[in-house]
Amino acid sequence: MDVKTWTFIIVGVTFALYIGIGVASRARSTKDFYVASGGVPPVANGMATAADWMSAASFMSMAGIISFAGYDGSVYLLGWTGGYVLLALLLAPYLRKFGKYTVPDFVGDRYYSNTARVVAVVCAIFVSFTYVAGQMRGVGVVFSRFLEVDINTGVYIGMALVLVYAVLGGMKGITYTQVAQYVVLITAFMIPAFFISLMLTNNPIPQLGFGGELAGEAGARIAAGQSISLLDKLDGLHVELGFSKYTDGTKPLIDVFCITAALMVGTAGLPHVIVRFYTVPRVKDARSSAGWALLFIAILYTTAPALAAFARTNLIDSVNEARYSDAPGAVEKADQKVVPAWFKTWESTRLLAWVDKNDDGIVQYRAGVPFDGNPAVALDENGKPKRGKWGEWLLSNKPSPSPNELYIDRDIIVLANPEIANLPNWVVALVAAGALAAALSTAAGLLLVVSTAISHDLVKRVIMPDISEKHELRIARIASACAVIVAGYFGVNPPGFVAQVVALAFGLAASTFFPAIILGIFFKRANREGVVSGMLVGLLFTGAYIVYFKFLGGTPDQQWFGISPEGIGTVGMLLNVAVAIGVGSRFPAPPKDVQQMVENIRLPEHKDEATPTSNFRFGH
Amino acid sequence: MDDETPEDLSPPEKSRAMRYWQANLRIVSILLAIWFVVSYGAGILFAEALNSIKIGGFPLGFWFAQQGAIYVFVILIFVYVAIMNDIDRKYGDETELD
Repeated sequence: MDVKTWTFIIVGVTFALYIGIGVASRARSTKDFYVASGGVPPVANGMATAADWMSAASFMSMAGIISFAGYDGSVYLLGWTGGYVLLALLLAPYLRKFGKYTVPDFVGDRYYSNTARVVAVVCAIFVSFTYVAGQMRGVGVVFSRFLEVDINTGVYIGMALVLVYAVLGGMKGITYTQVAQYVVLITAFMIPAFFISLMLTNNPIPQLGFGGELAGEAGARIAAGQSISLLDKLDGLHVELGFSKYTDGTKPLIDVFCITAALMVGTAGLPHVIVRFYTVPRVKDARSSAGWALLFIAILYTTAPALAAFARTNLIDSVNEARYSDAPGAVEKADQKVVPAWFKTWESTRLLAWVDKNDDGIVQYRAGVPFDGNPAVALDENGKPKRGKWGEWLLSNKPSPSPNELYIDRDIIVLANPEIANLPNWVVALVAAGALAAALSTAAGLLLVVSTAISHDLVKRVIMPDISEKHELRIARIASACAVIVAGYFGVNPPGFVAQVVALAFGLAASTFFPAIILGIFFKRANREGVVSGMLVGLLFTGAYIVYFKFLGGTPDQQWFGISPEGIGTVGMLLNVAVAIGVGSRFPAPPKDVQQMVENIRLPEHKDEATPTSNFRFGH
Repeated sequence: MDDETPEDLSPPEKSRAMRYWQANLRIVSILLAIWFVVSYGAGILFAEALNSIKIGGFPLGFWFAQQGAIYVFVILIFVYVAIMNDIDRKYGDETELD
């Protein structure tokens, strides 16, 4: 069977599964809808959190980014895992002890202020939409690449699916769907990784092969009789081609430090991640489910860098100094290698492009960009793509002076893995299903945050406190349906700045939510005046810096101490804390009942506070 | 020495709660110190120096940044879970905190 048939079958089966789970676990109360009635077992919650957290970007792009950035890519690995330690130790147990449903709930109650609550709602909605636009687009891209449908059709299919299980099931439906999605995405990520590790190092475990010697089918060829470790060989190849060593960093230390910190703290402050810890029965479950979540995430996050190094080595070896065409005229040396078959497949998607600058018919891969901008195919007078002397696609881009002739999009690394490793068609289809699972699970979690922020934090807590349970549930459903439609709109008409806005989402989560919650738990004296000022200062400072450098054309030499916009959230967070404590000290301490509440969340959990495992009774 | 602290003037369960909180803070600080050392220390600040040491085929600083720190993170959380469950049992069961 061909790839397309396999993709239809595997994607179809997984979608049917997600809908089945969504219908079976539909929400019957607002508590079901918001936090799955706080009855999710910790291991299941860990899996759901992992799927919630790992987005289309983690699945498709991260290994690729690391593959091209080498050591510098570590900021993502450290940042997006280290945040869970903060979550587990500093946030999750206390927020679970606090009860209620959302982050704005905590901010509003702890700082006895509806203004603070509304600020938190606005931040939560902004952060979530920023993220979700990328996910819906990701769904469309996967559909178009593997099933050859229009990207927009792909977005509509994704919308319809999320609509069914998120609107019907709420948090309960989403949680159990995410468990299934985790299983799909991790299987799809690991199977090609095992085989590629085996090919290059003769060790099926990527984490071990990563530090092993080149061996196995492809590895032995690359080592060419030497006994050399994969990373040494890769460092050597890099230096040979004019790149800096793969295992060495090129960014300034302070920037690496700040980016890592901003990503860690941002992760711990993202509302769709935090809310997952409200769904478990007890405080001790909140702690352990953070551990399970990180364990499940770590499986992918320790495999990705291994995959990155394998793919990089394999790529350089198979493509550099390879002949593009095997037509007789192109043969100069009889033993010259030819580019692999996937090279031409991906050329037709424009994710890979080659300009034969020195007209020798051989691909030269070196440091530097091959031409300006993204590849644009040159068309002849009939509107057909022009082909060059060797049959390659010609581009209208202006070639750069660099000797590099090759353009490679980072996303190829994961998506082309099965082809690179010559795996059967069903594996290719599985990778497509995995990418969809990653995108859909994250989108659903984010959409739930948006709908909860509207129906619970805004309508129930601020506008209409007397609303009935049934009515609130209906509003929650309507809000989530609207959120899906808005997200779909952004998927079809992606704002050109999605990539930049992600830096903003993390920066803002780091410089607003995280300090407000931490101070709320660990600093009893933190009061409304201080924390609201702190949040505003963090928001304005971080927002202004990012907007200036990402949208208003700020140049890197203007950056403070070499801190890039991705890392500025760290500075924003410190400012927030300083302002919150400084301003707060001039105003009265929080009222007695709020101080009592802080004392209470610090106490060990009482037996009666846990959610009963049966659904007969509500905890609150 | 305890007699001089103001908490001791409160009812006994209050100081018990205080001791629980202190124990919690101590554990959190120790674990976060380790968290900081493996990620920001070994993985970033001292990565270059550590890279001269090899474990298997890995330069050590690079290994911490792309593998080791993540393993340690997972272990840290489960250690925290185990210790806190212990402390919860010790303080939670015998106390009437209401």
